[in-house]
Amino acid sequence: MEQVVVVGASLAGLRAAEAVREQGHDGALVVVGEETHPPYTRPPLSKQLLAGAMEREKVDLRWREVDARWRLGVRADGLDPHRRRVVLAGGEQLPYDGLVVATGCRPRQWPRAGELPPGVFTLRHVEDALALREALRRGGRLVVVGAGFIGCEVAATARSLGVEVVLCDIARTPMASLGPELGAACAALQLDHGVELVLGRAIDGFEGVGRLERVRMADGSHFDADVALVALGAIPNIEWLQHSGLDVSQGLGCDATCTAVGSPDIVGAGDVATWPHPLADGELVRVEHWSNAAEQGLLAGANLVRPVDERVVYDSVPSFWSDQYDVKVQSVGFPGRAERVRMLEGSIAERRFVAAGERDGRLVAAVGFNAARRMPWYRRQIAQRASLEDVVAAVGEDERALPLAV
Amino acid sequence: MKVEVDTDLCQAHGECVFAAPEIFELDDEDQIHWVSSPDDGLRDKARQAAKVCPVSAIKVTE
Repeated sequence: MEQVVVVGASLAGLRAAEAVREQGHDGALVVVGEETHPPYTRPPLSKQLLAGAMEREKVDLRWREVDARWRLGVRADGLDPHRRRVVLAGGEQLPYDGLVVATGCRPRQWPRAGELPPGVFTLRHVEDALALREALRRGGRLVVVGAGFIGCEVAATARSLGVEVVLCDIARTPMASLGPELGAACAALQLDHGVELVLGRAIDGFEGVGRLERVRMADGSHFDADVALVALGAIPNIEWLQHSGLDVSQGLGCDATCTAVGSPDIVGAGDVATWPHPLADGELVRVEHWSNAAEQGLLAGANLVRPVDERVVYDSVPSFWSDQYDVKVQSVGFPGRAERVRMLEGSIAERRFVAAGERDGRLVAAVGFNAARRMPWYRRQIAQRASLEDVVAAVGEDERALPLAV
Repeated sequence: MKVEVDTDLCQAHGECVFAAPEIFELDDEDQIHWVSSPDDGLRDKARQAAKVCPVSAIKVTE
């Protein structure tokens, strides 16, 4: 293999580039990134960086050690998999023998985003975080549209800055992907910190002359607002692959080894990649979390350099965290696949607990509040396809388990 | 092989404990403890732990 190209210079692309080298590739390695910045870590963008508690430079990842040519500020516009060329903006064709697709996601925008008054933000890039920070510093009232984990984290950060916050979602609870019971715990957390929750209602639009003045609800009511954050999830960046013939119906379609379906010289990693997860009964998953970008990047990069029949299956148990106020919310496994949720440790009232998600008698997910030390064990049980019965028995005998409040 | 953890950076995510339980552990107060000179056989696990640490708090040196 002469030249490996990585498209995407964020965490997944960086880890893939590292793995390509560690797996023994000694030919050329080119990393193409649309952002002008070298790789940086995004979790602080909704937390410490937004709060002003972290310097801009501190979000940079260690990237200089990777022996690669970094082409930053360059967008990939197309792909010709037959001639093995990445087409860059401006028309340059970059040849490859092996390709990593790690182009990530972008925030879902409000329709006709170009017509919105100034003061309506999305959050993905470091510039977004710095601009939102500036706006929050001017004080006033923030309306967060979308109470997923980004929305909830920004609400928490804004409260810590003394900003008045309204948190809205069409769903009945914040963090709705965790289910109604845990979502209620997330709602209580926001309410206790003075956030106004507007749930189960739709937003209709943003109004203001020269600047944002109010957020209009579908029922005709409105909220005064100085700043708004649209946090309605993310969309995989696959447009550049649209005419490549690759399957991009739900992100880049890969097999269980992160190899693009039908194209052994292409692998996918991070937010953009979809693959059949062995621990989800082979269901297609796409995981938009930090840990997946790191782990999948490492595995996909290494696999790209391996012969096809030696490639390793990617079956890592998804894991994510969210820091909100004094609570670290952690989730391992597939909470969305759980049919039942059962409290196994601690208590919701004390905001220190572990809840298990069960499907067909098996443990498929665990969600913890301030239970960091317990989560790696649950993650291992999910990896080992443990039955809920065995997990319950093991927790009952474990002296380190949090006492279950009854 | 030497393993170092910057405890000022550590936020107890526990990713290292999952990647290399032979080396890393969180105590009852969610403080990290680690083996500073693990067996060479654990090199791959130690390096994996460093790469999946969300706050880049782990350093592995020869």
